Amino acid sequence: MKIILYKRGAEADLYLDEWYDRKVIIKMRVPKSYRHPKLDLKLRTSRTLHEAEILHEAKKTSVPTPTIYFVDEKEAKLVIEYIEGIRIKEHFEKLNHIDLNRICRDIGMKIGLLHKSGLIHGDLTTSNMILTREQKIFLIDFGLSFHSQDNEDRGVDIHLMKRALDSTHYESANLCMKSIINGYAKIMKRDLMRKILDRVKEIEDRGRYSGERHT
Amino acid sequence: MKSMKRVKQLNCLGIESTAHTFGASIVIDNGEICSDVREIYIPHRGRGIHPSEAAQHHNSKAQSVILKALKGAGMNVNDIDIIAFSCGPGLGPCLRVGATVARALATYLNKPLVPINHALAHIEIGILTTNVEDPLVVLVSGGHTAISAFGGNRWRIYGETEDITLGNLFDMFARATELATPGGPEVEKMAAKGCKLIDLPYTVKGNDVAYSGLLSAALREYQKGTPLEDLCFSLQEIAFSMMVEATERSLAHTEKKELLLTGGVAANKKFQLMLESISGLQNAEFHVVDAKYTGDSGVQIAWNGILAFQNGITVKIEDSIVKPRWRLDQVDISWRS
Repeated sequence: MKIILYKRGAEADLYLDEWYDRKVIIKMRVPKSYRHPKLDLKLRTSRTLHEAEILHEAKKTSVPTPTIYFVDEKEAKLVIEYIEGIRIKEHFEKLNHIDLNRICRDIGMKIGLLHKSGLIHGDLTTSNMILTREQKIFLIDFGLSFHSQDNEDRGVDIHLMKRALDSTHYESANLCMKSIINGYAKIMKRDLMRKILDRVKEIEDRGRYSGERHT
Repeated sequence: MKSMKRVKQLNCLGIESTAHTFGASIVIDNGEICSDVREIYIPHRGRGIHPSEAAQHHNSKAQSVILKALKGAGMNVNDIDIIAFSCGPGLGPCLRVGATVARALATYLNKPLVPINHALAHIEIGILTTNVEDPLVVLVSGGHTAISAFGGNRWRIYGETEDITLGNLFDMFARATELATPGGPEVEKMAAKGCKLIDLPYTVKGNDVAYSGLLSAALREYQKGTPLEDLCFSLQEIAFSMMVEATERSLAHTEKKELLLTGGVAANKKFQLMLESISGLQNAEFHVVDAKYTGDSGVQIAWNGILAFQNGITVKIEDSIVKPRWRLDQVDISWRS
């Protein structure tokens, strides 16, 4: 099988290939000429290693993620399992209310499972989730992920998910966020969850022009 | 009988007063910019903008700026059909000066008053002057650091700063290191003489960025005696790389085919080159707004006044309170699809 460019992402080029008879994605974090070579190398290698590490750890929390077959730190290259399915981003608008509700609850539970185990995804968007034919949701793109039990980091993770819905799926954003929080609540203890959601509000207020303040 | 009635052209007076600048301009509904007059408040060296001092400055300049804008357009006050003013976001005391003048004129002349969102104004004047259609916008200035694209009936925010803006970062750094302000151009000049990349925190969260940690770390380095040239070089390198990365991710996510750079920081050549580079990678056309229209001015307010008025947006005097924290993604827009 010939190697083909599968997708040119923002951070990496993805190639479709075979690896000992398995269908795989080769994820190459290519050098970016716009940034300083020293910074470029640091970002590419650290993210490659983080991604490999946390993809694996996420699996242990029973969040489906692609299996890592090979890590090449020097080349900032990963060989990972190819997941047959569709990106949730493209699928989102076509779903009926019941399916959307179910999928969002499931997403919320997955975020909860990660957070409960001290993992932060760091880039939660519907572009970074794959829905398989068996209706299983895989989380991908762990390049910005890291370890933390801190409610600030969990709060930012939830905030980014909310932001992604508000910007990309604005028609159903509020409803979806509710379902996600419902799912999240199934995993996280109630008082902890309340603290995290309060933090989300704080993060939003801290940003620029967080809406009119009524004084 | 067929009448040859020509639809009368609309002349809009735009008044800007969100921060440093008190500006007035007259723009016609065909997009012609007739005048652009600005007076800029300059804080004491080493200090930031003092809102009430800036407001006093605007108060003292308002009349002459507006008269010059009329004169520059070859019009008198009765030729004005619409009064538009910067309603927010911005500094309350400054916004209130522009709003007060606008209300007085609208009442006296009995003309419609149109409230304008300042961030939207930056974007729309950028679109008018670059002829782009459906861009991903990078808006970077002292008041804004955001990545936005239009969808549904609003400009949606894909990424933004979670604390201070790029403009703040450079201004605050410049003040603490005794460079002149605005800090952006000074840091840029100084950076051209530096070459060593100092290790400073790089904070990207999804498509969001955060700059306060970078600022503190850079100031710590300065205190340690790290050469200012290298520090400016590194500050720019890291701050811009963060924003460029978030922009590239937003481009890939939205699949927009145009990238538009605007706001005061858009003038930075290094930043332009970096964004141009990722535009190429993501098959988007790169456009940067002419420096004449990236800064705060009455022009952007006047042009938005036309767009908003034509779409039925006016405000009653008694409801025309300023909105210092009015977010871009809260403005409903009926003239784009």
